[in-house]
Amino acid sequence: MASNSKTLRSPLQIARGLGSAKHGTEHWWHQRVTAIALVPLTVWFIFGVIRHLGADHAAFVAWLESPFSALMMVLTAVVTFHHAQAGLQVVIEDYVHNEMAKILSILAVKALCFVLGAACVIAVLKISFGA
Amino acid sequence: MANGSGRPLSPHLQVYKLPRTALLSITHRITGVGLAVGTLLLTWWLVAAATSPAAYERAQHFIGSFFGLLLMFGWSLALYYHLCNGIRHLVWDAGKSFELSEAERGNQIVIGAAAVLTVLTWIIGLAVW
Repeated sequence: MASNSKTLRSPLQIARGLGSAKHGTEHWWHQRVTAIALVPLTVWFIFGVIRHLGADHAAFVAWLESPFSALMMVLTAVVTFHHAQAGLQVVIEDYVHNEMAKILSILAVKALCFVLGAACVIAVLKISFGA
Repeated sequence: MANGSGRPLSPHLQVYKLPRTALLSITHRITGVGLAVGTLLLTWWLVAAATSPAAYERAQHFIGSFFGLLLMFGWSLALYYHLCNGIRHLVWDAGKSFELSEAERGNQIVIGAAAVLTVLTWIIGLAVW
């Protein structure tokens, strides 16, 4: 970057490319990566749910006792909640303009997503390991 | 113009008829929020199955009730819509299909695919249930 350039940004700032939010495109990129991952995971999940409609407890447990099913269900839960908290954050940022309310609601949504996601993972592992 | 600038104003939502593309755009967001709420049922289902057969039966009973099936129908439609329109967003992210004619064709593909997949899922689902 030439020194007579019209930009007020330092060459280092431009090279880092993180912008005023200091996060660059990280949030946007994570939303896309999780979206792509969710395409096959969602298809697997829908087939799994259809195959276990009205299934009794033993059949459901047998499904998630399989390592592959447990792996897919854990991935589905983790990626879904990651995608959900990223999306809900953008929605809140767009519509809640009071700074305190905005930050508190984003924190609440993230906390809830972490708790629900962890609960799903622990539930699947408990079933899978037969505890 | 009301602001005296001679420049177009942003649409006033109460009197402005949203174009189809805008309607599908806000629907993507609404279905996303709805699906996030739906994760509560997913969590309940998994945690109940991990807790006890009785807890699992309660969750299955709720899902099989009229209200539960109504929620499941709404969520299946929302899931397919968000999935199909999400794929369209990925196409846009790849820098393709920005022309208005392509966007309008995309509208039809997304609505059609979401509707067909939802109906197909429920036909198969009710058949195997």
